[in-house]
Amino acid sequence: FRCSIGLRDEFGKARVFNTPLCEQGIVGFGIGYTAMGKTAIAEIQFADYIFPAFDQITNELAKYRYRSGNQFNCAGLTIRMPYGAIGHGGHYHSQSPEAYFTHTPGIKVVFPRDPIQAKGLLLSCIRSPDPCIFFEPKALYRGSVGEVPTEDYMIPLGKAEIVRPGTDVTVVGYGAQMNVLAKACDMARDKLGVSCELIDLRTVLPWDQDTVINSVKKTGRLVVSHEAPKTSGFASEVAATVQDKCFLFLEAPVQRVCGYDTPFPLVFEKFYVPDHLKNFEAIRRCMEF
Amino acid sequence: SPDAINYTYTTEFDFRRAESLPVREAFSIVGKDGKLRDGAKEPNLGPELLDKMYRNMVQLQVMDHVLYEAQRQGRISFYMQTNGEEGINIGSAAALETRDTVFAQYREAGVLLWRGWTLQNFADQCFSNKDDPGCGRQMPIHYGSKELNFHTISSPLATQIPQAAGAAYAVKDEGENGAVVATFFGEGAASEGDFHAGMNFATTLECPILFICRNNQYAISTPIQDQFRGDGIVSRAAGYGMASIRVDGNDILAVYEGISQARKFARANSRPVLVELMSYRIGHHSTSDDSTAYRPLEEIESWRTTEHPIPRMRTYLEDRDMWDQEREDKLREEARKAVLSAMQVAEDKGKPEALENLFADVYQDLTPNLVEQQEELKEMMRLYPKHYTTEY
Repeated sequence: FRCSIGLRDEFGKARVFNTPLCEQGIVGFGIGYTAMGKTAIAEIQFADYIFPAFDQITNELAKYRYRSGNQFNCAGLTIRMPYGAIGHGGHYHSQSPEAYFTHTPGIKVVFPRDPIQAKGLLLSCIRSPDPCIFFEPKALYRGSVGEVPTEDYMIPLGKAEIVRPGTDVTVVGYGAQMNVLAKACDMARDKLGVSCELIDLRTVLPWDQDTVINSVKKTGRLVVSHEAPKTSGFASEVAATVQDKCFLFLEAPVQRVCGYDTPFPLVFEKFYVPDHLKNFEAIRRCMEF
Repeated sequence: SPDAINYTYTTEFDFRRAESLPVREAFSIVGKDGKLRDGAKEPNLGPELLDKMYRNMVQLQVMDHVLYEAQRQGRISFYMQTNGEEGINIGSAAALETRDTVFAQYREAGVLLWRGWTLQNFADQCFSNKDDPGCGRQMPIHYGSKELNFHTISSPLATQIPQAAGAAYAVKDEGENGAVVATFFGEGAASEGDFHAGMNFATTLECPILFICRNNQYAISTPIQDQFRGDGIVSRAAGYGMASIRVDGNDILAVYEGISQARKFARANSRPVLVELMSYRIGHHSTSDDSTAYRPLEEIESWRTTEHPIPRMRTYLEDRDMWDQEREDKLREEARKAVLSAMQVAEDKGKPEALENLFADVYQDLTPNLVEQQEELKEMMRLYPKHYTTEY
């Protein structure tokens, strides 16, 4: 996806290089390099191929500081990879595997929704005292445009953003799904006169519970949406927390609008994805409960 | 194409069966009788170094014995010995420098001992007390020391191998007087994908790293016949374009020479080297294993009585009037007393404070969910103080 174009010329081949085709090697190598106090960015070609590195990420990277009694750490490692639906990706070029990683204490998991967020969040990940996994929405590489400031700036990790304030229903998502949700909120406003409060989590581990809880206490309704499959998807975590913290404030059950519990299909992508229509219907269900 | 394989053509058909390739010889200086082999050069390491090496081997063996027994008595939960591999441990450690970062597997406590970790350090970790640098979070023998450049042990096998390659990349530019990185692993761990990953990365990225394989013939109950069919681990190096040597792991002087030379080579060329140290695991895999269930007692006894690195070096020293029975008795008595004393002190120390140490260091700072969970646990501890205690 050409993210490193020109970097080798500018910074040299000792700092920007190819490795053998081996995800467990890429992450393992990155762990050892950053455990020596250095900073590194490990790129995986598609999030669908992260799994050979799963042991290194969950058993090693996430536990490096804790198991050493804080003698060692891999703060300097950021793993970035393209994720998500692209229209023709099928099983192995479309996945959103964040739920495997949000279940792993010791790493941070981050999703930018546009170029301005991408720069600020990536810089925060690189400079974070904790190892980070950065999921880049491949569908937005060409399509999402923004006025990105040229100066250095960071967007804090662990902080959600209220992209659009509202009063009737809280709508939560992250990454590429934010555009889908914005469209659904527009539809709800135009067709139902409903005011949606749209929240971008930005960091899913650790996630900003307070922003979502405060919103739901105001609206009494919640819709959470992601492309990843529904069962054990991240929306489950949000729903469970909200019903715990906002039980008496809820006017309707929490709605999860997610991919189906199937592998990501090719020709059925349009049917599979949690699109703006499904989210609109979920918002309607909340209002009519 | 860049760095293409420079192959030529042939009209002769040959599968080049692996059995037709010669078996790599093991470099050895002192034979199992403790005498210099024909053709071997006298190492001339000097009495001070030789004395230190022998004392460390014995101290390691005695520590292993006492702590193993401590587990049997229920005083610690788990232990692993280096029995039979003291030559590998101390010989390698002596040939490396303390500034060479080590990524070990779990049977390399001798490296820490050589570098200056005290018996108290070992005992504190095994007893998971408040002075355990790992804060009581991991099982015994999962040592780590930033001061001694020994990265904390983790249970998953071979994960340290590609990590070590990355760490070596970090010291690549230190020049001819720079450090190297060394990683240790058993012949069983070398079957893991991470071994392949580490070897390939180290050669392609030209890292100054020593891959040190302890071939002790058993991976818990899996003998080498079920672990691989090639010529051990050393034969794999050529496939990666890597230099390699096989060494008699029961001859501490050969281990020292082999690792010393490997270190020089790796540093001078910024290239990896694979060293396969041939030995035998005399003890059980761990305190959770009874190896008599899968191997004959005679086999264990044979290795213990004829190939053990400690008596072999003792003979070498005694032949040069550098050792005697009186020194042996004194050393073993002092070594045993020292371990018992460290153990008693470790046992009497309190455990790490639970509320703080359970939650700290997951991240640099506590995240909100951890703060909340810590409060929940604090409340449970208030309600049921007798249950939630580290005192037994």
